[in-house]
Amino acid sequence: MKIHEYQAKELFAAYDIPVKKQILCHTADEAVDAYSRLNVPLVVLKAQVLTGGRGKAGGIKLADSPEKVKANAEAILGIKIKDIPVDRILVTEAADIKKEYYMSIVVDRNTKSALLMLSSDGGIDIEEVAHSTPERIYKFQIDPLLGTPDFFTRKVAFSLFTDIKLINQLSHIIKSLYKLMLETDASLAEINPLVLTPDDTLVAVDAKMTFDDNALYRQLQIATLFEPTVEEKKEKEAKAKGFSYVHLGGEIGCMVNGAGLAMATMDLIKRYRGKPANFLDIGGSSNSEKVVHAMKLLLQDSDVKVVLINIFGGITRCDDVANGLLKAFEQIDTDIPVVVRLTGTNEELGRALLKDSKLYVANTMSEATRMAVNLALKTY
Amino acid sequence: MSILINKNTRVVVQGITGRDGGFHAGKMKEYGTQVVAGTSPGKGGTFVNGVPVFNTVHETVRLMQADTSIIFVPAAFACDAIMEAADAGIKLIICITEGIPTLDVIKAYNYVKLKGASLIGPNCPGLISPEKSLCGIMPASIFKAGGVGVISRSGTLTYEVVYHLTAAGMGQSTAVGIGGDPVVGLHYLELLSMFEEDEDTEAIVLIGEIGGNAEERAASYIQHHVTKPVVSFIAGLSAPPDKQMGHAGAIISSGSGSAKEKIAALEAVGIRVAPEPSMIPGLLKS
Repeated sequence: MKIHEYQAKELFAAYDIPVKKQILCHTADEAVDAYSRLNVPLVVLKAQVLTGGRGKAGGIKLADSPEKVKANAEAILGIKIKDIPVDRILVTEAADIKKEYYMSIVVDRNTKSALLMLSSDGGIDIEEVAHSTPERIYKFQIDPLLGTPDFFTRKVAFSLFTDIKLINQLSHIIKSLYKLMLETDASLAEINPLVLTPDDTLVAVDAKMTFDDNALYRQLQIATLFEPTVEEKKEKEAKAKGFSYVHLGGEIGCMVNGAGLAMATMDLIKRYRGKPANFLDIGGSSNSEKVVHAMKLLLQDSDVKVVLINIFGGITRCDDVANGLLKAFEQIDTDIPVVVRLTGTNEELGRALLKDSKLYVANTMSEATRMAVNLALKTY
Repeated sequence: MSILINKNTRVVVQGITGRDGGFHAGKMKEYGTQVVAGTSPGKGGTFVNGVPVFNTVHETVRLMQADTSIIFVPAAFACDAIMEAADAGIKLIICITEGIPTLDVIKAYNYVKLKGASLIGPNCPGLISPEKSLCGIMPASIFKAGGVGVISRSGTLTYEVVYHLTAAGMGQSTAVGIGGDPVVGLHYLELLSMFEEDEDTEAIVLIGEIGGNAEERAASYIQHHVTKPVVSFIAGLSAPPDKQMGHAGAIISSGSGSAKEKIAALEAVGIRVAPEPSMIPGLLKS
């Protein structure tokens, strides 16, 4: 789950990570008012959208007078960044920049740790730095059983600075950011740039945080910050029913047990030149109630012309799955053709049970996919 | 031979009094796995499916000589269960539970490592050495003993692949589901090394999916350290970026982790990647 920059900075401030004063605004007039309340000569206006590339899209502008604040705020509030309309901007004091650094803590798959990363190349696209000059990013694994003791943060800080005052400042920021990460179950906490001002103070000029969806059950405060898109709302509803759903926009609706098999099913549809409408993993078991819910979810999508059900009967026997499907389809009223592929324990029995139904029955994944693609072509 | 588990493996089921724990304890026992104990704090002294229940993993190690644990406890308590097993001296810990916060997994993984034990999962189907031992939730009937080692990030996709292997007369030495989370215990590199050393394993099937760069790392490892033939399947060629596809770890983020890159990396070192799961046996034969 992502949050906005202003929300991340509020969390930073609460954890004693230095940030500039900021005011969130929804209109140009509010921005002008914020400018006078901040009472500083130069401010930055920053679009608050849950995507990157704000600067390039014209979502970040400086202003040094009420007139400029108004004009720039109006300009930013009128644009879309990667199709997302800007509905709020952050007005914040501009920092004097002596040098820009990069700092983040990220959950890293390969080292299986929270990985602390720092670079003297701040303020720019860090992925570009990682790609072209990886040696310019310093990486340190944080031992989860040890945390961030003084010796560790000092060692890290000396990779960027030599002045002990800066070492102490950076050590404090590292400790605070890791504490914030742990206490909020963040999967990423990034400061880019971390600015060194002419009076040798460090300040977080931008802030980015994402959170572990698996931990939201115990992060109720963070969970309230979730601003789902229309698609994400649908995905969340599906999740509440025990499904994983992602809309893709094609015409062959898929219902599969298991995430890997669901992805492989989408891939196969594409391979046979069809268009998958969605990813849908209904989980390990496949009782009739689940099938009814899943069918309802698929049929909400008006682009769906064919439904492909791909069930690998594992622990659940295929004859039980077949009976479940028959029971489910008694309750579902649709003209959309449904292809079912059943494989696993008692598969012949299962398929025999479905023989006299209106469902199209296939033996293999390839056969089922071909059938679904052909049926989708016919329905034009 | 096989890797990690065999006929002598002595299993404790953590969370045996839960619905899934009890059910799969029965299934594993039926298969011939030595399920020597279960745990459920406060329910020590009872029995589930004929398996004695203890209050702590420590007791099961001391009294029943358990050496492997399989965990079915809910996500909020699963990491504690992993650490309890490691603390008790269990050497192989298999965590089936899905939905555990990643920072918990990181902590538990590091503790397991500190204790010299190994973790499989979380969010995995477990593992099976066919006709010897089942420590997982896989449908045992589709497996058959033989010479193919299977490593996979996905459950049902493994079943799909194994189904075709068995139908083609190719049995398996051990099949391991390593889990679909971003951070899991034993991964491709460790298991590739074990299969390379295992006398009974003649070929290896590596099943991957979008997210991270583990397949790319595996490709480079295979190039330098694996002499046995390796065949692969990668799921998610049609997956859109920045969308989690079911598994918490299956996400193409910041433009990296795509199936295309993984397939290219594997093929670049001569590993054949099947365009469909059903084509894996054919590739292994050729």
